[in-house]
Amino acid sequence: MRHIISLLVENEAGALSRISGLFSARGYNIESLTVATTEDQTLSRMTIITTGSDRIIEQITKQLNKLVDVVKLQDITEGNYIEREMMFVKVKAEGDTQRGEVKRLSDIFRARIIDVTDTTFCIELTGSGSKLDAYIKALHENNIIEVVRSGSMGILRGEKALTL
Amino acid sequence: MELSGSEIIIQFLKDEGVKHIFGYPGGAVLHIYDALQKQTDVEHILVRHEQGASHAADGYARATGKPGVCLVTSGPGATNAITGIATAYMDSIPMVVLTGQVPSHVIGQDAFQEVDAVGVSRPCVKHNFLVKDLSKLAETLKKAFYVATTGRPGPVVVDIPKDITAPHIKIPYEYPKQIEMRSYNPNFKGHPRQIKRAVELMLAAKRPMIYTGGGIIMADASQELREFVHKLGFPITQTLMGLGAFPGTDPQFIGMLGMHGTYEANMAMHECDVLIAIGARFDDRITGVTSKFAPYAQIIHVDIDPASISKTINADIPIVGGAKQVLTEMLKQLENTDLEIDQSALDGWWKRIKSWQAQESFAYEKKEGLIQPQEAVEELYKVTKGDAYITSDVGQHQMYAAQFYHFDEPRRWINSGGLGTMGFGLPAAMGVKLAFPDKDVACITGEGSIQMCIQELSTCLQYDLHVKVINLNNRYLGMVRQWQEFFYEKRYSHVYMDSLPDFVKLAEAYGHVGIRVDDPKDLHDAMVEAFKLKDRTVFLDIITDQEANVYPMISAGKAHNEMDISPLQQARQAALKEKGELV
Repeated sequence: MRHIISLLVENEAGALSRISGLFSARGYNIESLTVATTEDQTLSRMTIITTGSDRIIEQITKQLNKLVDVVKLQDITEGNYIEREMMFVKVKAEGDTQRGEVKRLSDIFRARIIDVTDTTFCIELTGSGSKLDAYIKALHENNIIEVVRSGSMGILRGEKALTL
Repeated sequence: MELSGSEIIIQFLKDEGVKHIFGYPGGAVLHIYDALQKQTDVEHILVRHEQGASHAADGYARATGKPGVCLVTSGPGATNAITGIATAYMDSIPMVVLTGQVPSHVIGQDAFQEVDAVGVSRPCVKHNFLVKDLSKLAETLKKAFYVATTGRPGPVVVDIPKDITAPHIKIPYEYPKQIEMRSYNPNFKGHPRQIKRAVELMLAAKRPMIYTGGGIIMADASQELREFVHKLGFPITQTLMGLGAFPGTDPQFIGMLGMHGTYEANMAMHECDVLIAIGARFDDRITGVTSKFAPYAQIIHVDIDPASISKTINADIPIVGGAKQVLTEMLKQLENTDLEIDQSALDGWWKRIKSWQAQESFAYEKKEGLIQPQEAVEELYKVTKGDAYITSDVGQHQMYAAQFYHFDEPRRWINSGGLGTMGFGLPAAMGVKLAFPDKDVACITGEGSIQMCIQELSTCLQYDLHVKVINLNNRYLGMVRQWQEFFYEKRYSHVYMDSLPDFVKLAEAYGHVGIRVDDPKDLHDAMVEAFKLKDRTVFLDIITDQEANVYPMISAGKAHNEMDISPLQQARQAALKEKGELV
């Protein structure tokens, strides 16, 4: 099962390596990990996407909670949640036909073209991981120059929140 | 009071009540050593290798319950200490390790004796810190001691760059009496309703079993455990780490369990219907193959570390809490309950256990002119009247020590259970002897293990640490040899120690007394002599049977009821079977 674990972590050097080190040392899967500070500069918010049996997920949350730098943690897949990922794609865009095709496709996916040259487009797209996958699939593979994905972020719906 | 970083460290240690530290100087800690030299409150023990420092601090902590402290330099100083840090981590021992670091402005430049000590130690510490700001030094040290000693204890590393300790930069210092950490709040109490459910379940048991580990000792909960076990009348087994928490000579104690536990303890684990686990972590040397572990049991698991619960074995009633607090609450509830123990079922259960005990799974054959390792430990037990502090290294001798020295008190048995670190015994014994100079301290070791930290014999002389080294010398790496005998058709690959040193002469070269014994009839007198020499370190080189094996043994993939038993026990079983008395 795929789980999204949200963490509030002390914004200190080494916190990230403690967390990533835990995953590698104990052999847990890690699909993606995103991290940045919150409105409180002393705290970082992290989203980890991981997979495993219920038993493994229970161990992951317990082991993460045990880390001294982890202030609070929640497996948001246990509730109603929103998940988004951001992607930049740089594609070849040469000649009117190709440029038009990429533009149309981007409109369909509600992607935005954020940089343009004579021969390339840079496109920004936000959505679920599967939407991002679908967009990549829809582009011709040999047109893709570069893909940058942020990894997923998650947040609980409604009034529930992961705060101090 | 205005102090430099170095002075803050020393003053803080005094304020924290630290009397002894183990260490080794070097470039990055020179300022600290200079401050150390100017006072007498904190005594420093100069070891001969940083591994010895971390093991000695560890032994000190295990024996006293206070955090062990060591001080080492950057780079190789820090990496040499790692084995001892990992050893303490695996056994949840409170320890604070101060490592020097190169000056802040050259960190990351591959400076001389630079290593990322925080990175290197990260997987084997409870937590670690790099001090980046002198104004945070005292607070960080306080945090280190707080984290190391509370909750599930463990080692904490504090990495201190040299510029932080510079003598000319002084700042106001005040001892931080208390510290708050929003991200660290260990829970000691245990959920009352879970405890109630646990008490109901244990009272309904027909074949109950109590299984406890090092957590009891860490929590100083031996008294509560004794009351609890005596009140219930249930059988109890203890892990290698838990020995002594409950008296080894009490009739309710049915021996250590696990890979080399007693037949009766392992059989009872297999057959029990309610298993009460307290401060033990269902480690693989305890459970055997997990799929066949305690197949009939409902499991109550009390542990201060939530991550230890249902990690390898699923707990039916998990209780997160300190052993002392939870046992106290259980005792209170047992006092006030109307429920009663099924005494006739319990009597029947004890009868079965006694029949397993009758097979004498530890029995071994004595041979004329050839010392059995077991009899050496038995003799040590007799001569020290069971009252010594015993440290050990790792291997067969460690198992014999656990099997034949019956610890009646906690903190007397000091060994590396989790990491299994050869070389632990001698430095750990130094730590114990330093804490308890008037007590007998013996290190049971083998000729393999002792050579891994033998340099510490020199430290023993310098600081009058008069430990007794009981070297069970079989010229083999005995436990590895045993596995090669059992599982590799006796292909003894690189386990024979050719060209051993003359340990008697070696001991003498270090300024100690060396005694060699190779005949069982001289064993007693040699032991007596060794312990009579109160003010000498004695190295007892005991030449033992080369092919002795540790029994019983649960091999890989086997369950508790599938032990390999000794030839003697096999014969006894056959005889009982013939009489129709085998249960």
